[in-house]
Amino acid sequence: MKTLMKPIDLDQLTKAHESRFVDVEPTEEQLPWPQFTVAGLNFYYGSHQALKNINLIVPNKRVTAFIGPSGCGKTTLLRTLNRMNETIPGTRVEGSIRLVDRDLFSIPVTTLRRVVGMVFQKPTPFPKSIFENVAYGLKLEHRFSRTEIAEKVEQSLRRAALWDEVKDKLHQSASGISGGQQQRLCIARALAVDPEVLLMDEPCSALDPISTAKIEDLLFELKNICTIIIVTHNMLQAARVADYVGFFLNGELIELNRAKQIFQNPEKQQTQDYITGRFG
Amino acid sequence: MSKKYPSFSRRFKNYLMFTLTGICTLLVVSVLFTILAYLLWHGAHALNLNFFTKLPAPVGQAGGGVVNAIIGTLKLLVFASLIGVPIGLIGGIYLSEFAGGWSGFAVRYTTDLLNGVPSVVMGIFVYTLVVLPMHHFSTFAGGVALGIMMIPIALRSTEDFLRAVPRSLREGGLALGASKSETIFTIVIPAAIYGILTGVMLDIARVAGETAPLLFTAFGNQFDSPGWLQPTSSLPVVIYNYAISPYDEWHQQAWAAGFVLLSGLLAISILARVVLARGGKVSHG
Repeated sequence: MKTLMKPIDLDQLTKAHESRFVDVEPTEEQLPWPQFTVAGLNFYYGSHQALKNINLIVPNKRVTAFIGPSGCGKTTLLRTLNRMNETIPGTRVEGSIRLVDRDLFSIPVTTLRRVVGMVFQKPTPFPKSIFENVAYGLKLEHRFSRTEIAEKVEQSLRRAALWDEVKDKLHQSASGISGGQQQRLCIARALAVDPEVLLMDEPCSALDPISTAKIEDLLFELKNICTIIIVTHNMLQAARVADYVGFFLNGELIELNRAKQIFQNPEKQQTQDYITGRFG
Repeated sequence: MSKKYPSFSRRFKNYLMFTLTGICTLLVVSVLFTILAYLLWHGAHALNLNFFTKLPAPVGQAGGGVVNAIIGTLKLLVFASLIGVPIGLIGGIYLSEFAGGWSGFAVRYTTDLLNGVPSVVMGIFVYTLVVLPMHHFSTFAGGVALGIMMIPIALRSTEDFLRAVPRSLREGGLALGASKSETIFTIVIPAAIYGILTGVMLDIARVAGETAPLLFTAFGNQFDSPGWLQPTSSLPVVIYNYAISPYDEWHQQAWAAGFVLLSGLLAISILARVVLARGGKVSHG
């Protein structure tokens, strides 16, 4: 097979991981419980099957990264977890997904999407002020007072490490800030409604390295308050941010394991080939 | 052949196309300005304060104006907008956001056909539908005719501007737990609002000059037309009536009325451009 990208050493990835994570065997009570339990999941766009018999458990309050080549189904799986794929006509889903202990498909979709927030590849600020962007999800619920909303907006912007940069221009248009700031604004917007899960679809692919580093630092903080699933093409990013890594290929889940395990000693040859860049 | 510069034939073709497009632009622009200048040249004599403030005077008597036609046209446009704009907007929202393949095709197709109905046919249609049962011409009937004519363009331009709102923005709303209609009304429409307003203004400008439907519906009036249920004068009909009359003063007034009407349309179009430019600034930083 031809080498398409610069090969990455497994050591390099392990080091990137270890620079951030102190590896201690978790005790019994520290073990994460399942946030999502996916069983026998098939997904179709029309007649094209994008996901094939996916079975996995996503641990709670951890960062799980989905990696794999383009078109392998990782984004499709992500968008199935908040039922965003249902907005595309001609799609069909089979199998079961449980959110903690509830059937995902029995939860009203608008409720589900508040519990399972999402950040997209490109920043999508609404054509409103910075404040109104963050307040948007809160105002949909019609149960917060003005002061509560103002407090929540500040709290969310602080959590997204954006408060100091925008506190003096909260009422200016959100399209006036930089791309990296816009992406953190979208994270703040998702955090404002206190989600249990944050789905991130290549959140840094449109950003410069400094903005990327800021968001990676942010993920480290955020996993204290919610479960994070991140789709990424950047192997080093996966090594830096993820506790668990799932590798997808051609609509199948090849391997899901603790990140250290994946980078140090992957079980499957395909996984090793992909993460070291020896994949055509 | 030099390495640094494009070849002679490429430069020549570039120059040729540049010149051709320039000439075409000049032709288009010059037609408009020739018409404006011509109207002004012939109508300047009649353009004075009386023209804007006085009712039409009998032939041979100096100092008449067309204030009733100006007010009539404004009233007709207001009433037409009350009919055409809401139906156009709601229809456009339906087409862009809700219509399935079949119903979308049906609505789009009938709208395009409606847009192609000759305006004189629209006049006769409203004459039969409104004027005959009411037994007299009226601002109301004229407004109905112009309003129906406004629907197709308001509808299609609203649809176009809503469709131009990127899918990512809609998904952003849905991902926060907004329902489809909440997303449409709180994100999609606000994002497209300047475009939609521009479309409406250009639509108003388009029907403002319609003459044929008004001949059968608003008819015309030498006097003020209080309320909505009496025949009313309007600028296009005044132009038509005065232009075919045998009197020189009336000819001059027709030219002047043409100038006023065209200037009004020009002003609306410029305003529409300004609104769209402002909207562009807001939504793209």
